[in-house]
Amino acid sequence: MSTQVLGLDGRLPTGQMRIEEMRMVGIVKRFPGVLANDHVDFDVRAGEIHALLGENGAGKTTLMRQLYGLYRPDAGKILINGVEQHFNSPQDAIRAGIGMIHQHFMLVPSLTVVENVALGLKSSRGILLDLDRVEKRVRELSEQYGLKVDPKAYVWQLAVGEQQRVEILKALYRGAALLILDEPTAVLTPQEVEDLFRTLRQMARDGHALIFISHKLHEVLAISDRVTVLRDGRVVGTRPTHETNKSELAQMMVGRPVILQYERPPAQLGEVRLAIENLVVGGDRGHDAVRNVSLEVHAGEIVGLAGVSGNGQRELAEALAGLRPVKSGRILLCGKDITHEPPGARIALGQSYIPEERLRDGTIKQFSVADNLILEDHHKPPFSRKIFLDFNAIREISERLVREYNVKTPSVDTPVKNLSGGNIQKLILARELSRRPKVLIASQPTRGVDIGATEYIHQRLLEQRQAGTAILLISEDLDEIRALSDRIAVIYEGEIVGIVDGPSATAEQLGLMMAGVREGGQHHLEKIRL
Amino acid sequence: MSNVFTIPVVLGIIYSGLRLATPYLYAAIGEAFAQNSGVYNLGVDGIMLMGAFSGFYVGMKTGNLWWGLLAAMGVGLLMGLLMAVVSVTLKAEQGISGIGLYMFGLGLSSLLFKKTMSGVESISGFQPVRIPLLGNIPYLGDVLFNHNLLVYGAFLLVPLASFILYKTPFGLMIRAVGQNPQAADTLGINVDRIRYITVSLGGMLAGIAGASLSISLINLFQENMTSGMGFIAIALVYFGSWRPLGILGGALLFSFVNALQLWLQVLGVNFPYDFAVMLPYAMTILALAISVRRAAMPDALGKPFERGEF
Ligand SMILES: Nc1ncnc2c1ncn2[C@@H]1O[C@H](COP(=O)(O)OP(=O)(O)OP(=O)(O)O)[C@@H](O)[C@H]1O
Ligand SMILES: [Mg+2]
Repeated sequence: MSTQVLGLDGRLPTGQMRIEEMRMVGIVKRFPGVLANDHVDFDVRAGEIHALLGENGAGKTTLMRQLYGLYRPDAGKILINGVEQHFNSPQDAIRAGIGMIHQHFMLVPSLTVVENVALGLKSSRGILLDLDRVEKRVRELSEQYGLKVDPKAYVWQLAVGEQQRVEILKALYRGAALLILDEPTAVLTPQEVEDLFRTLRQMARDGHALIFISHKLHEVLAISDRVTVLRDGRVVGTRPTHETNKSELAQMMVGRPVILQYERPPAQLGEVRLAIENLVVGGDRGHDAVRNVSLEVHAGEIVGLAGVSGNGQRELAEALAGLRPVKSGRILLCGKDITHEPPGARIALGQSYIPEERLRDGTIKQFSVADNLILEDHHKPPFSRKIFLDFNAIREISERLVREYNVKTPSVDTPVKNLSGGNIQKLILARELSRRPKVLIASQPTRGVDIGATEYIHQRLLEQRQAGTAILLISEDLDEIRALSDRIAVIYEGEIVGIVDGPSATAEQLGLMMAGVREGGQHHLEKIRL
Repeated sequence: MSNVFTIPVVLGIIYSGLRLATPYLYAAIGEAFAQNSGVYNLGVDGIMLMGAFSGFYVGMKTGNLWWGLLAAMGVGLLMGLLMAVVSVTLKAEQGISGIGLYMFGLGLSSLLFKKTMSGVESISGFQPVRIPLLGNIPYLGDVLFNHNLLVYGAFLLVPLASFILYKTPFGLMIRAVGQNPQAADTLGINVDRIRYITVSLGGMLAGIAGASLSISLINLFQENMTSGMGFIAIALVYFGSWRPLGILGGALLFSFVNALQLWLQVLGVNFPYDFAVMLPYAMTILALAISVRRAAMPDALGKPFERGEF
């Protein structure tokens, strides 16, 4: 159907003019101490999905923010259908047919879906809102592109995947002919990724131009027509997708060959370090988010907790970290009951926590990199002597950690809010792992992190396991869970539906369990034994 | 004590309560506009004082109360604009700049009063206007439909503000800017411009609130005659969960309790004076502590907006 429309009069099925070609030429963008984009050339055409790859801090978001009018390039040109554009604000870009789905969603939670879509637009009824009209159009668009969402729902009520659909609807409603998607899959479940891809393919067929940013190589290979790789603000190269492969792309991104498979010596199990007994934890909306969960993690093993997001993982992690009250049940850390202890007591007993919401919970944004690195141990040597902070030691150690964990930052004095998302994650990891914890709770440790860093983080986690740390790895990334875990517990609607052996678990088996199908047969016996 | 509350007394309490609510409604609705867009202005009381003075002075000198009202609006608008420059453009800490504005208004109104007038003088303020038909209803007509125009205006402002905030594209933008300015910005909404408009509008309404004291309710000007009414108005915004209807509820509750204690004094009921005066304030604090719905608070309240920060 859509192919008939394509190319008839240069319009999209939404009625908008197509963007036949968008070209960015010689784009330069500087921030204090950082050359974020260094003479970047990049282009995309109607009907094409062009993937943009690069490590954390390579300058992908910065490049796209210039195309969307949020920043102005220090040098370089943006051309649409051959005509040079000067975007002073997003409004100019929107008018030129550009839409952007941001790495961090740009929605107003207290407004409804329709209100979010209508926001900032002229109403057909002058000073009166015309929400019923907007709603009608939203329903049409969501029908057309398979973007299922209730237009009357409040955004705070929506799951992450639905919020993203609202973002796409917002852009389509504004007549976007070119859509930028900045790491749209980072927060999605595999099923949601499939749905998103179907929508994107249809948009491309209809003649939209799409720019897709992701750290996941298999996604890039599956969805794009061309791939451009950025490194340190420069273009390393552009390839047609069917002429390249994972290892070439990985090498282009990181600048060296990347290991995509790990060596994993058999686990040397020690004593039980973390014991969760019949835990019940309340959620945000009054229901029980974690229901009667029991789980043990031994020294020297990695237990993976798999599950589709929103099934109680976050609440469980927060309860373990001491950030959320426990309704009933117990948590034992190295044999000590810490169920109702504050976070500080748990840290003192040797527990480390890598939170899922790293921007909110893991760092103090206004503090410098160095200050964030010593947040938990600032009162102990080597960071302080008596009551004084030892600034030389802090500097030295911070600089070493930044180097070791490959955190991209102009200096250790830079405020954390200026770092790119993936680099903040590396920073937290550097802090938590360098404390040599007895127990490590890692929640989505590589979400939004590039493959070079992911490899690094995985190696560090395995190293910690060898060193005898008990690790609970909470992740929605099945590949990650399977690559690292000795045992895998699957959580569904707040309950553990089964625990299986890590190395022998198949993706299909785990997928079924994540959908709530309980384990039977021998696995059931195993569950009882464990 | 039951014999104290005769029908005339109850009607009297309602009548005074409605009048007392007037300045609070103007000031609090104005503040609600500013706060819904993410700026809190603690200078309301100072603006009210300047509004009260300029309304009174210009009204007296020209002999035309409308000129007085217009002057109060203009002065309020300018002070709101000043707050906007400091908090939106210069991105100053809002609490501190608001307190500064309050002190400025308090000081300047006192100074002008001393320089221009020899003492407290009174004026003949806006006269009650009986609404045809409705005003003839027995009992209720006198109590509800026989007020001066500024009182009617205050109560009409409530549905008007509700309409603007919840039924117009402009109101949607105001609320979005207060909840998530980054999101609004990415949609091409000029965050700063919206905040300029709401904070200036809030200032103008605070100016009217002041004038409603000096040329329609008390009909005189005195140094610091608001004695903190602007701060109560700010509390009412929280009490009303940032919604005009909620603010109306709070303003009425506060004013009726206030009217009640005034009448008890007038009637000479044996009741400790200090306690009676304290009553409405104590109740407000109590009601605030119980009722405030943090969830309704604009997320970006008090935070200057800067592009490119998450
Ligand atoms: N507003 C800003 N102020 C200062 N520096 C910035 C700002 N925004 C980005 N940077 C710096 O510019 C560089 C590029 O950042 P950018 O966000 O474009 O990276 P990215 O490729 O999107 O990374 P990620 O995959 O982690 O999202 C980084 O070094 C970052 O620290
Ligand atoms: Mg980015």
